This record gives sequence, structure tokens and C-alpha cells, in this order.
Amino acid sequence: MGETVITARGMTKSFKGFKAVDGMNLTIERGMIYGFLGPNGCGKTTAMRMLTGLLTPSAGTVEVLGMSVPRDAEALKYHIGYMTQAFSLYGDLTVMENLKFMAEIYGIEPSAQKGRIAELLERYELTELSDRFAGKMSGGQRQRLALAAAVLHEPQLLFLDEPTSAVDPESRRHFWEQLFDLCDAGTSIVVSTHFMDEAERCHRIAIMEAGQVRADGRPQDLMNAMGASVVELEGPTLREIRRKLLTVEGIVSAAQLGARLRVLVSKSISDPVAFLTGRAETAGATLIEQVRPNLEDVFVTSTGEGRQ
Amino acid sequence: MSAPKRPTGLSPRRSARRIWAIFSKELAQLRRDRMTFGMVIMIPLIQLILFGYAINTNVRDIPVAVVDQSQTGISRTLIQIVQATQVVKVTERLPTPEAAEEAIKAARVRAALIIPADVDGRLARSSSIGLGTPASTDEETSRPVAQWIVDGSDTMIASAIKSLRAMPLTEVFRKAPNRSTPTFEVSLFYNPEQRTAVNIVPGLVGMILTMTMIMFTSAAIVRERERGNMEMLINTPVKSMELMIGKIIPYIFIGLIQTAIILGLGNVLFNVPMGARMLDLFVGTLLFIGSSLSLGLVLSTLAQSQLQATQMTIFVLLPSILLSGFAFPYEGMPVIAQYIAEVLPATHFMRMIRGFVLRDAGLAELHKDALWLAGFLVIGLTLAALRFKKRLD
Repeated sequence: MGETVITARGMTKSFKGFKAVDGMNLTIERGMIYGFLGPNGCGKTTAMRMLTGLLTPSAGTVEVLGMSVPRDAEALKYHIGYMTQAFSLYGDLTVMENLKFMAEIYGIEPSAQKGRIAELLERYELTELSDRFAGKMSGGQRQRLALAAAVLHEPQLLFLDEPTSAVDPESRRHFWEQLFDLCDAGTSIVVSTHFMDEAERCHRIAIMEAGQVRADGRPQDLMNAMGASVVELEGPTLREIRRKLLTVEGIVSAAQLGARLRVLVSKSISDPVAFLTGRAETAGATLIEQVRPNLEDVFVTSTGEGRQ
Repeated sequence: MSAPKRPTGLSPRRSARRIWAIFSKELAQLRRDRMTFGMVIMIPLIQLILFGYAINTNVRDIPVAVVDQSQTGISRTLIQIVQATQVVKVTERLPTPEAAEEAIKAARVRAALIIPADVDGRLARSSSIGLGTPASTDEETSRPVAQWIVDGSDTMIASAIKSLRAMPLTEVFRKAPNRSTPTFEVSLFYNPEQRTAVNIVPGLVGMILTMTMIMFTSAAIVRERERGNMEMLINTPVKSMELMIGKIIPYIFIGLIQTAIILGLGNVLFNVPMGARMLDLFVGTLLFIGSSLSLGLVLSTLAQSQLQATQMTIFVLLPSILLSGFAFPYEGMPVIAQYIAEVLPATHFMRMIRGFVLRDAGLAELHKDALWLAGFLVIGLTLAALRFKKRLD
């Protein structure tokens, strides 16, 4: 640990005056899974494309694996793997044909190809599907094939653009286990997501909004350092309490989770439970207690109207 | 873990393997695309049979009307002789020239033969018969026997009827035709029987190759984009030129197969010679296929969708048919049109293939066209590779 694989300073990308990524600073260390968390259109994909050399930054400097991007983008391609958001292998080729194609393109020696492909088919449970057309497979199967193709040439650094948006929760869990296996074997991974639970699995994350990094660090540290306390309420009139609370000074947000109302109270209020209990707006609440913050709370406090 | 060493610099062997990978991939995709694969065989087959039989510049059996105002044995014999030429076929008999004009306007007939009431007298005095005393005045001898009114809008029909102007009339009187001496002796080389297919079939190779080659490759790059494979592809170490070359090789084979179908079948069905210049034919065809494919690739880097690629193909295809010398003689076109024609690969190939197949000419005689195609190929390929950016912006 300690060695950086990605350094970006003031990385900016403008499309006809619109800044999709605005002055992004990044330092990503070797051997970690780094997440970009943010809503659609926040610049996650654009940032990732600049890091892989697919897009030329309008301003700023980018260095990946010690190479300046986009200048050395072609040389870099041998050392990075990229899994696009939409499935981008050939639907009219079989699993085996797709992998063989990628192996040839990456210049893997014919003697090594067979063993490497067999190993990946086995690891990603594709052995029995090797003659299946990629276009005829399920979302989870395609995702495993895409991952196998992305790591075929044993890249040091892997970019995954919303890799799990088209798969079921079971496949997603399984997929993350495989990412940790890769990480354990020394691959650094950059992943973008809009799922909180996925972001929570990352070693470090950057919370993005409108092309800017709003917060970054380890998920646990971000939760600890959050600028708000989390209080949950129970009671029969939660919708009404919520509506009233949102007008109160010091309340960052209020969102219902099943039978509970989750309220973020500004850190400037020293005893949030007492603050809420004593107010007329919370009349009817049967329970008011402080709970541990989660990543969604961090996201809410660092983006949008809740931003502090 | 230390990262495995991967090649980074230029290596001809790696390059060749990447080209091979692209080639194999294209071939596998093509093999599975039954419709396209079928077109490869069916387009030349059907078009050869269709055009080989259908296109005929020797017009025959033009439907005509007859207005016989004389109603004599002479007039009936005249009509029979006219029909015996097989240029026209009498489909209607009408009472007046006005009725004949109506019939032409309504497109029931393309022309009408008006035989005047005094046809007997006109015939007797006609110098083409050679009866009686020499005419006293020029006016008298220059009076024709009868008149054709023709729908002259189609020049080919008009020429066919005009060829009847000097039709010998001696048969009317069962007299041997005049042995007139022609001003020029004309020897028809290479196609003495004047069969249209001899000229059409080799030209058809150029037309079908222009159409299929440009169409296939103009969709090649844009298809990767439309199907979402492009982002993955440009993230790999594949070089633009490797991608371009890998993509055109499968179609070179397809082009050669199509050429073989057209020339082989043209030989069997229409008795069109294949020529003895097989090597010249092979090299010339390769050059033309290559230049058409590289033109297709350039279009593919310009097009944003497969529909646009098809539109651009047609934009090139139409002048290739009309200006290349396939449909109309190159020499008959105005100079500007000739310049445009010179830009099109089809024009050069049209000259070459007709030379190889019909006139036993070789690359030595037609080296200018061959060099032009080679230059077109290199420039097209370079342009396509330069235009193809491995970037999304």
C-alpha cells in the first residue's frame, strides 16, 4: 500500500460549455477498490473515460500507472481493463469466441491462451456456457463474461462502469466477492455506482455531484465525520411529522423508511433527541432515538440541498 | 505481484495477429448473418441473369400502327417488308394520321407508318427502285414513298426506326437489290455479332462489386458503434490501421467469389469470353475491390448510422452506374462529367475488365487505370485510419 496508481489534478471536461467533470482531484492507491458514488449524470462515466484515455480532459493533469494520460493512452491500454456500462462484447459471437478475440487483440501468446481462457471460464462459471452466444445470455452471465474479458490480460488496474446495474441482487453479491478476489491478487479497481450498499463495500469512495467531488475517504470515516446526527422516529402520523419537520431550522432532511422516519439533524444542535422531543412538530411520535449514520446519510448531507 | 509484461511497442507479428483476430471475428459474424451471406451469392447470380437477358440495345418488335391510305397490293407488300425487318411489329391499323398521333400519345404504339394514297406512283418514280426514266427534277426523286411518325422521346427507339429510312424496296418488285458500294468498310472487332451481353456482363462485375463492396464496408465501422462494441474496441490496444485492414480482408474474398460467379456464369449462359489474361484480371479485380472497400471504410468513418452509410453508398453507386461507361459510352459525355467519372474507381475498372476480357489487353496496356486504383486504395485506407479516432471526443 501507499503507492499511487491514479493521480488527477483539476481534471475537467467540458462539452459545449457544460462542465461534465469540474476540477476533480483524485489520488487512488494500489490494491484498493475505489468507488465513484453519485446519481446519473454526475460525471462518473466521463471521469472514468478520461482516466482510461477515451476522452481528452479540457483541463488538468491525469497520471495513471505512472503514465501521462491521454498522451500515453495507447501504451496504458495493455495494463488496464475496462468494463463498459452497457454490454459491449459481440452478441453474435460465442463466449469462447469473444474471449479468444480479446486474447488475440491483447497479444497473449497462443501457448498461454488456452490455459488462461480455461482458468477464467472456470473462475467465472462460464465453462458450460462457452458455446453460447453472448447475446442469448442473461444479464448476470453477460456481466461475468464482460469481467472475464476485462481481466484476461491480467491488468494492474481495472475500471468498472456501473457493473451491476443490470443484474439481480444475488449476482451482485457474487460479483463483489469476485472483485475482492481480484483485489486480493493485487489488482486495483475503480468502480462507479449509484447503489449505496455497493459504495459501502469500497475501500474508499468519492461522492460526486454535478461533476465535482463533494466528499471522499473511507466510508466509515465519512460516516463518522458526517456533519449531521441521525435520529429515527416512530409513530402513526409520520408523513405529517415529516412535512412539518422539513420547515424547521437545523433539520437537514427527513425520509421515511418503512415504519420509521429518519431525520438528519445538523451537528450545530448538540442534543438532537432532546431538540426533537421538545418540539410541537413531533407531536404524536411514539419513539425518538439516535441511530448510527449510514452511507446514504453521508450522501444526503454532502449533496443537493442537504449539502453543508 | 508484479504485472505481467505485455508488448507495448510496434511489432509486425503482434500486428498481424490482431489483424487476423479482426478478420476471424468479421468472418464469424458474416457467416452467421444469413441474409448478408445469401446476398453475396444471390446478388451477382440474379442480376447477371436478369440483366444478361433483359438489357438489349438492339431494339426489336417495336409496336407500330399503320395508316394505309392507298389500300393496294403495293401498300400491303410494303407493310410486309417492313415487318420482315423485325424492327417493328404492326399492332394496329388506323384510318387517319390523326388517329395514329392519338395512338402514339396514348402509348399504344411507339410509331406509325403513313402510306399515302399515291404510293404506287411514288414507288414507280423512286430512284431506289430504278424503274422508268430518270427523274426530271430533284424534287420528284427526293419524294419518299411513305412517312413514319415516331415517338422520338426515346432516342434508342428513334434510331431503330430511323435505320428503316434506307430500307431496300426492290423486293416489292421481286427484283434483286442494288449492289451499292458502301463508302466505308467497317470491321467490327471483339464483338462482331454485336451482342449486348458481351459488353454488359464484364461491366456488371464492376457494378455489383461497387454496390456490395461499398455497402458492406460502409456499414462496418458504424455497425460497431451502433451495436455498442466501439467503446470496448477502442479500449484495447488494436491500432486503427489494423482494424481497417482486418475488416476489409473478408470482403476481398467475397468480391473475388462474386467476380468468379459473374464471369463464369456469363461464359456459360451468354457465351461471353473470359479472356486469357487471368493474372491481369485477378490483379485488376483485386485493385478495384480494394479501392471500393477503402472508399466504403472512409464513408463508414463519416456516417453516424447504418442508414446514413447506405445513403452514402447510393450516392456513389448512381454515378458509378451512369458515368463509368457501364450504361452509356464515356466518350459521349461532356468533359466535366468525364472528370467526375475519372474520380470513380468504377470507371477505371470498367476500362480494365473490358480490356482484359474482350480485347485481350493486359496490365501493361492499362497500367494507368491500375495505378490509379492502387493510389485510390492506399489513400482511402490511410484516410479511413486517420479519420478513425480511438477517442470518444
